[in-house]
Amino acid sequence: MLARCLSREATLMSQNRSQSLMKLLTTPRMDRCIGCHSCSLACSRLVHRQLSWSNAGIRIHSAGGLSTGFLAQVCLGCDPAPCAAACPTGAFSQRPGGGVVVRKKQCIRCGDCIPACPVEAISSDHDGAVYVCLHCGRCVEFCPHNCLLFEEVDPLRRSLNHD
Amino acid sequence: MTEYFNVLVVDLDSGKSRAQQIDGRNEVAGGSGLAALLFSQFGKADQDWDHPAQPFILAIGPLTGYFPLMSKTVCGFVSPYHGQYTESHAGGRSALALCFAGYDALVIVGRAASLSCLSIGSRHMTVKEASFMRGMGVAESGKLIRRMFPKSSGHRSILRIGPAGEFGSAMACVNVDSYRHFGRLGGGAALGAKNIKGLVISGDGSRANPDGREYTQLFKKVYTQLTSTDYMRKYYHLGTAVNVEGLNEIEALPWFNLQKTSDAGVSRISGDVFADQTLLRNGACSGCPVGCIHLGFFRDRFKEDARYLYHQVAYDYEPIFAAGSMLGVTNCFDVLRILEDIERVGLDAMSAGVALAWATEATEQGLISRKQTVVRLRFGDGEAYQQAAGYLGTGHNEFYRLLAGGTLRAAAAYGGSEFGCVLGQEMAGYATGPVYFAAQSLGFRHSHLDTGAYSWEQKNPDHDVDKAVDYLIADEPGRVFLTSMVACLFARSVYSDEQLAECLSAVGYAELAGTIDETAERIRALRWQVRIATGFRPEDITIPKRFYQVRTIHGPVQADYLDRLKAEYGRRIMALAGDGNTA
Repeated sequence: MLARCLSREATLMSQNRSQSLMKLLTTPRMDRCIGCHSCSLACSRLVHRQLSWSNAGIRIHSAGGLSTGFLAQVCLGCDPAPCAAACPTGAFSQRPGGGVVVRKKQCIRCGDCIPACPVEAISSDHDGAVYVCLHCGRCVEFCPHNCLLFEEVDPLRRSLNHD
Repeated sequence: MTEYFNVLVVDLDSGKSRAQQIDGRNEVAGGSGLAALLFSQFGKADQDWDHPAQPFILAIGPLTGYFPLMSKTVCGFVSPYHGQYTESHAGGRSALALCFAGYDALVIVGRAASLSCLSIGSRHMTVKEASFMRGMGVAESGKLIRRMFPKSSGHRSILRIGPAGEFGSAMACVNVDSYRHFGRLGGGAALGAKNIKGLVISGDGSRANPDGREYTQLFKKVYTQLTSTDYMRKYYHLGTAVNVEGLNEIEALPWFNLQKTSDAGVSRISGDVFADQTLLRNGACSGCPVGCIHLGFFRDRFKEDARYLYHQVAYDYEPIFAAGSMLGVTNCFDVLRILEDIERVGLDAMSAGVALAWATEATEQGLISRKQTVVRLRFGDGEAYQQAAGYLGTGHNEFYRLLAGGTLRAAAAYGGSEFGCVLGQEMAGYATGPVYFAAQSLGFRHSHLDTGAYSWEQKNPDHDVDKAVDYLIADEPGRVFLTSMVACLFARSVYSDEQLAECLSAVGYAELAGTIDETAERIRALRWQVRIATGFRPEDITIPKRFYQVRTIHGPVQADYLDRLKAEYGRRIMALAGDGNTA
C-alpha cells in the first residue's frame, strides 16, 4: 500500500517537474510572524505605490487578538483560478503555474473576483480597486524572520516546507 | 506634502466629530510638537485635569509609516498625577492605524453621557454605549471590543482602560493592543474622565507614496541598517531585560524599595532567565521589523487533575524592576503573575510596583497595617502583591485610593515620605546617581528616556554641575525632534539628524529637513511653555531622602551635589520656556 502511494507521488512529482514550475509566494513559516506588517507595507509601497497595510497583495491579520498569532491573507496560486473565471473583462487571467495575471486597465471595479476567491485573498479599497498577490516576490526580502518563501512550488511537498 | 495637519476632533458632548486642517507642520513637525500645539489650542490651562473640556490627544509624525520604527504615538493630556500637561508614548498599531485613517492627530473633548467606546476610521466615527463594561479588566474589554467592532482585525488599534482608569487613578494606563501602553502619569484616568472605556482606530485607508525612486531606495537603506547589523540586537535578543543584570552589577538596580542597589537574587530574574524559562514568543509594533516585544508565559494548575491555564504577559526591563527587584520578588514566574494582575486592572506597572514597595516598607516600619493594605505585604511575597495590585487598581479602600493618587499622597497621610521612591512620579528603575535623579525629577515625562542622564552619568563620575546640566540641556532637543517624528527611541542611533533630514526630504518635507535644529528648539520651548502654563514649578518637586542614601557606582550620593543639580536644571528649564535662552 505504502509502496503504491510513494510510487503515485513520484509519478505526480515527475509530471509537475515536466510542467516547468512557476515561482509562487507561499507563507510556510507564519508561526514565526511578529506582526510587523513589513511584507504588506512593502507590497503596497513597491507594487501599488501606496502607503497602506490593506491595499496590498499580502495582508497580515491577527487571529483573535495579538495573543493568538498572525495569519497571512494571500493568494494560494489556484490553477485554475476561480477569480479569473469570475472576471468579466479579462482583467484577471490565469497565470501559468497558479494565480492570476492582472491587467489593471481592463478592471471595471465590479468586484466579482472578491467573492470568487475561496480564501478571501482579494480585497478592495474604498474606490473599488482590487488587490491580489501577483506572486512577484518583492515582499519576501522585507520579512525579518523568513516567514515567506518565493520559489517553485511542488504541491505535494507544500506541507513539508517549514522548519 | 501638505504643510497643515489633518486633525479629527471628536466632541463627546455632542457625539459629533469634525476634521480640521491646522497649520504648523514646518513649525512643530508632528508628534510631541503637534500634541503641544493642539493642547495650546484646545487645552484649558486653568481647569482641572478631569474637566470635560480638557483634550485627550493622540498625535503621529511626518515620517509615521513611511520608514521603519516610525511607529509610535504621542498621547497628550493633563495628568491627574500633578494637574499639568504631559505626554506619554506607546507603540503597537496605534501610529499606523491613525496614519491610514488619514489623520495626523485625534483630539477628544467633552464627556460621553455614559461609559462608551469610540471607533474612528477613514470613513466613520461611532460612539457606542458600553455601560456593561464598567469595571471590566483590560483583556476582557479587548475581547468584547473586538466583538463589538468586528471589522479590520489586524488593521486597527484597540486602546482600552481598566477599572483604574474608570475611578481616576493617577497610576492608570491606557492599554494599547494588549501589550503596549501609554503608561505613565495617568493617561488611563484622562480617558476615563471622558467616559471612554475603549477606543478603536481603524487604519482602513491609505496614503500616497512619495514620487520617484529616491524614497524606495532610502527606505531599503534604512531597513537594511536596522535589520542587517547588530544595531538593534540588544532590543530583539534578550530585550531591555538584559539591563537587569547589568544595572545590578553597577549597583544601579533598585531593590527592596531602593534600600539596596544590588542583590544576589538578580540571578533568578535576569534577562537570560526570562528568555530561557518564560519567553513564549516575540511581537512587533506595526512598521517595525525589530520585534522587541517579549511575551513571557506562566501557567497555573487550577484543579488537582492535570488542568492548566496559561497567560501571556509582556515583559521588559522596567516591569521586571517594578514587579521584581523593587518588591524583592525573585521568581520570574511570580514577576509575570504580578504584572498580569497589574495589567488586568489597567495600572502602569512602574507606578504600581514602586507604590507597593513603599507600602511594604511602611508596613515594616509599622506606619500602616493590614487595616490599610488588607493583605500583609512582605518583600518577596508575590501572591500578596498580586492581591494588592487588584486592590490598588480598583481603589479598594481609602488607603488604596490615596495611594492611587501617588505614593507621596499616601505618605503625607501615614508617614514615610522620606522613603517614597518618587522622582516627580514613581521612579523608573535606574539608580545611577544624582544626575539621573535630578533629570527624572524634572524631566517632561518623568521617563528615563527624556534624557540620556542614566547613560551619561555612568561615564562621567566628576561632580561638575554645569557640565552635567549642559549635557541635559543639549541632549533634549534631539530626543524631542525624534519624538515629534514619532520614532521609537530605540532607533536613535540610526536616525541621526542627517538621516532624518534625508528621510524628511524623501517624503516631501524639504523645509522641515533643512530646519531640524531650530524646529527642535521651538518644539522644546513650546512643550515647556504649555507645561509651565498648567502649573509646573521646579521648586514644587522634592527629592525624597531615600535618594540621598543610595549607594551608586560612583559611591554614596553627595546631597549638596544633587541639590545643586536639581536647582540648576530647574532654572535652565524655566529659562528655556521664557526667552529661549538656555544658558
